[in-house]
Amino acid sequence: MNSTTATLTGSTAVAASGWRGLVADWSSDRQAFHVSWGKAMMWIFLLSDIFIFSCFLTGYMTVRVSTTVAWPNPSEVFALHVGGADVPLLLIAIMTFVLISSSGTMAMAVNFAYRGDRVNAATLMLVTATFGELFVGMQAFEWSKLILEEGVRPWGNPMGAAQFGAAFFMITGFHGLHVSAGVVLLFAVAFKLIRGDYDKAGNYQVVEIVGLYWHFVDLVWVFIFALFYLW
Amino acid sequence: MNTTHATTGQQHPIGLYLKIWGLLFVLSAMSYMVDYLHVQGYLRWGLIIVFMLLKAGLIVAVFMHMAWERMALVYAILLPPLCLLVLVGLMAAEADHTFLARLAFFR
Repeated sequence: MNSTTATLTGSTAVAASGWRGLVADWSSDRQAFHVSWGKAMMWIFLLSDIFIFSCFLTGYMTVRVSTTVAWPNPSEVFALHVGGADVPLLLIAIMTFVLISSSGTMAMAVNFAYRGDRVNAATLMLVTATFGELFVGMQAFEWSKLILEEGVRPWGNPMGAAQFGAAFFMITGFHGLHVSAGVVLLFAVAFKLIRGDYDKAGNYQVVEIVGLYWHFVDLVWVFIFALFYLW
Repeated sequence: MNTTHATTGQQHPIGLYLKIWGLLFVLSAMSYMVDYLHVQGYLRWGLIIVFMLLKAGLIVAVFMHMAWERMALVYAILLPPLCLLVLVGLMAAEADHTFLARLAFFR
């Protein structure tokens, strides 16, 4: 036992083997990325999320290419009746602008947080969360319209290929879930920020990390908007 | 050095964020116009993909600060998703095959 510790701490130490070696290797306090662990972990989480959403979108591509029945035209399915005429994709366009605006306010919140201006930072985070809620609200409206008025179900719909509903509910549902989780996270961090939890350490990086998550939600929407609604 | 970086973090002028915000708005409006003006065929898909990639690039580079992160982190995050291109390629071939099989046997 004593000899093992001596070899581990000595400058000419040979690395221990077995379980002791495993623990020593994993706990030896090495650092690959010169950013805080919180930021590195958020990026790695987002990387895993990229793969999840990509799998959904690839699955959607597969069923859309392989079906022999015509795919419902999203431009018509998601049209809104305004002033006696059908405006194509109007609600989706508004949702896109709302989410981009929320990304803009989030970026500014990060900026204010790093300047130590926690009132402005928290206010902008609450504005961001409100945009997020607005987005989820419009999504709920869109879902109800599709389910109750158009009769779209995960296993079929009156407009065309049966796979349309399954792809739509899965992809937008999972994205909406991410937006809702982001709103909760934003409220929690904004509350802690305004209470002064981060002042003691003077470290406001948590705002940037929440921002990373929020921008990612916007990023996913860019791909869904292009590949599902516009294609 | 690490701690000062962690506490000061990524600081960039607010004007830059506002400009990117405006650009994202313009790009979104343009991709909406592609649908509104009924652009069809390869031009439609080309424009949709170009606007999508431009928007994604701006969000990742500026809003998510990738443009100013260290190269090790940038490559650790941005290279793995390229594997997905292989998945997309495989599934596109598979879907085409399924489509042709369905045409041959289920019509």
